[in-house]
Amino acid sequence: MKNEFSVLIGGAAGEGTRMTGQLIGKILNHFGWRIFVYEDYQSLITGGHNFSIIHASKEIISAPKKEIDYLIALNQDTILKHKKDLKEDGLIIYNSDQIKKEKGIGIPALSITNQFSGKPIMKNSALFGALAKVLGIDWQAVEDLLKREFGEKAEINLKIARAGYEQSKTFQKIEKLHQTPLSLLTGNEAVALGALKAGLDVYLSYPMTPATPILHFLAGVRKDFKNVIVFQPENEIGVINIGLGSAYAGKRIMVGTSGGGFALMVEGLSLAAQSETPIVIVESQRPAPATGIPTYTAQGDLLFVLSAGHGDFKRFIVAPGDAQEAFYLTGLAMNIAWKYQMPAIVLLDKEISEDTFNFDEKIVDKIKIEEPIFWDKKGEYERYLDTKEGISPLAFPGEKGIVVKSTSYEHDEFGITTEEEEKIQKMQEKRLRKYENFKNEIETLEGIKVFGNKNSDKAIIVFGSNKGVGIEVGKELNLKVIQILIFQPFPEEEVKRALSGVKKLISVETNATAQLAQVLRAHDVKVNDSILKYTGRPFFVEELKEKLIKKI
Amino acid sequence: MEDNLDSKTKNTWCPGCSNFGILQAIKNAILILEKKGISRERFVLTTGIGCHAKIVDYLNINTFYGLHGRAIPLAEGIKIANPNLKVLVCAGDGDAYDEGISHLIHAAKRNIDITVLIHNNRNFALTTGQFSATSPQGFIGRSSPEGNLEPAFNPLELMIASGATFVARGYAANVNHLTNLIIQAVLHKGFSFIDALQPCFIWFNTFETYNQRVYELEENDLLSKEKAIQRILEWDYNDGKKIPIGVFYKIEKPTFDKEASKGLSKIADFGPQIKEILAKKS
Repeated sequence: MKNEFSVLIGGAAGEGTRMTGQLIGKILNHFGWRIFVYEDYQSLITGGHNFSIIHASKEIISAPKKEIDYLIALNQDTILKHKKDLKEDGLIIYNSDQIKKEKGIGIPALSITNQFSGKPIMKNSALFGALAKVLGIDWQAVEDLLKREFGEKAEINLKIARAGYEQSKTFQKIEKLHQTPLSLLTGNEAVALGALKAGLDVYLSYPMTPATPILHFLAGVRKDFKNVIVFQPENEIGVINIGLGSAYAGKRIMVGTSGGGFALMVEGLSLAAQSETPIVIVESQRPAPATGIPTYTAQGDLLFVLSAGHGDFKRFIVAPGDAQEAFYLTGLAMNIAWKYQMPAIVLLDKEISEDTFNFDEKIVDKIKIEEPIFWDKKGEYERYLDTKEGISPLAFPGEKGIVVKSTSYEHDEFGITTEEEEKIQKMQEKRLRKYENFKNEIETLEGIKVFGNKNSDKAIIVFGSNKGVGIEVGKELNLKVIQILIFQPFPEEEVKRALSGVKKLISVETNATAQLAQVLRAHDVKVNDSILKYTGRPFFVEELKEKLIKKI
Repeated sequence: MEDNLDSKTKNTWCPGCSNFGILQAIKNAILILEKKGISRERFVLTTGIGCHAKIVDYLNINTFYGLHGRAIPLAEGIKIANPNLKVLVCAGDGDAYDEGISHLIHAAKRNIDITVLIHNNRNFALTTGQFSATSPQGFIGRSSPEGNLEPAFNPLELMIASGATFVARGYAANVNHLTNLIIQAVLHKGFSFIDALQPCFIWFNTFETYNQRVYELEENDLLSKEKAIQRILEWDYNDGKKIPIGVFYKIEKPTFDKEASKGLSKIADFGPQIKEILAKKS
């Protein structure tokens, strides 16, 4: 059998293809295959065209590929749009009740569903059963998975899947790989879990794609485990100010949104800096300006998050490139936000947020709640005590015998408004000193990662979801691949070290103005060229390879 | 801790400003509530930006001096973080009725247990006298030299419609009455709202008008929304009718902060639960 293969399942929104895509990922996962699921969906609730590509490989690959081995079609549109991407030896499995006759395996999914009095969405089960048979998967494995996933509702689905299974035939038996299955997690879920591990108390969010699933996931955690408050306020301005109020009262908070919602939060971001209130902001990018293209991807907010907020202040910015990094960097962001009493931003894009990645649970123990510097309960409390490190010990309202004064105004050490030159300078310098210490600590962390041929004199540089595709193409073209994980403070020295011996550097970005290259140039890094994509879709491996060959 | 609640900060309100009356009423109320068993450290005050907001610097209690229009969400965050705290908001009319009106409506709607006190001077004073949402139609200000085109709206009517469970009006020059309102509002379990009429001697001097027209409501049926609206509509913030002050409406409903933290029990290390979740996601 091949080292990798992919399955595309497509249909109209509301037909349940995404759920089935997850099931396909899970069953292949049980056979030891590494899984990546790319989601492509539109901003509508029913109709339109949605699809998932489930990529299975012997080693971890976190990038979408155009060419597919198995095409599962719920409707005619799926055939029309994707048949061209089917490999020569590929196979179509289709709903023959609603699709014209094709070469491949036709399953009367609607008739089967009706026969068992199933709901229309259960057509998926017939096609899922058919795929299992095509891959030579034992019926028992299908039954176990559906029982586990659907619980009491499994019965009808099982009958429908069984009929699909029996009307199909084995095409190529899937190999059982001798490696432990890993969990399958979206970046959004990993962000939520990373925050929880780092002690998240309150999550606040106003719905905005592609960050909304974090809200849904944490609402589920609230229901099942009762350990976190989940609150959906009236707008993003409410979100960030409620968040800052909670943090002032001692709770670890996170807020989540996309670019438009973050724009509304920006005054609050500046308040977090001035009042020295810890907050983690998740910004999952989608194409903009303005409403842009809600359910698609982009990396056009990099310069925005770097400079957002009026006044002189710093923030911690991380940009994970898969679910594993999303977990770790969100946990880190929470701890850093509290240690330095400043805002931290987790910069995602729609592909990190919504695609499904393999996740190794070993990383879970690497995040622990790190306590901030607390007041020692001696003498009078001063919220903005001017210390050597610039970090003022924390205390929260409710503590007996003290007064805790936070403020948006420039202030003295106690937190009283000031307009006196000497005090203004002292406070600004206190915060700058804090940033200096913060910068020193961040320099000890892994701000970049290097993949591919480390001796190559040709390199590409990426961040976010272009990590996966960058690694794949780097392998094929024998390039050095550099991924930026921390954007503020910028790991300038690390980048320069990684670039020693590199004669040609190309940035690969999902935006129209090469924002990563602009950031690099601002740090005196020479970028020779950029490959940009701004159609809302991520780079596919074949496509990036073709574009890179022309450049190098 | 000092008994008088004063901070060491020099007060920069205009001499004779009616904000002094509100400051005194808040101090009186806290001292009385302390005697009723609410210790001082349990009070937190949030403010927006404007003349009113300087009050945080004059009170030696926990405060968060927020952004313009955003005092209410800050207070809501504090309350859900620590429901044991008594959270009071001082906001201006520009703050709560213009910039941040959505927060006011939603805080009332969700009946979160905080107290919102509006220093309603019916103009933007600290930015030198522009019209606000409660300035009367025809108000002459620096941004409306030919008269404000918009009629004022009635914030009490809005609060009833939004679901506030305690709605009152006070008068900054009647400190004892206002003190009593604040005490009732803080003790009320749910969203309590006080619109405090606050004459601004510099930009909109309503002192004489209020002294002539303000009267205290008699004891009445506070559970009836219809009667509350009737009394509220007696003065619409535009014309020169009598102005009732006191409590208009007071009912009990479940509070958001209680509901949001229902059954909550913080897990110190979420690691085992994460592994449980991960096991299902494979």
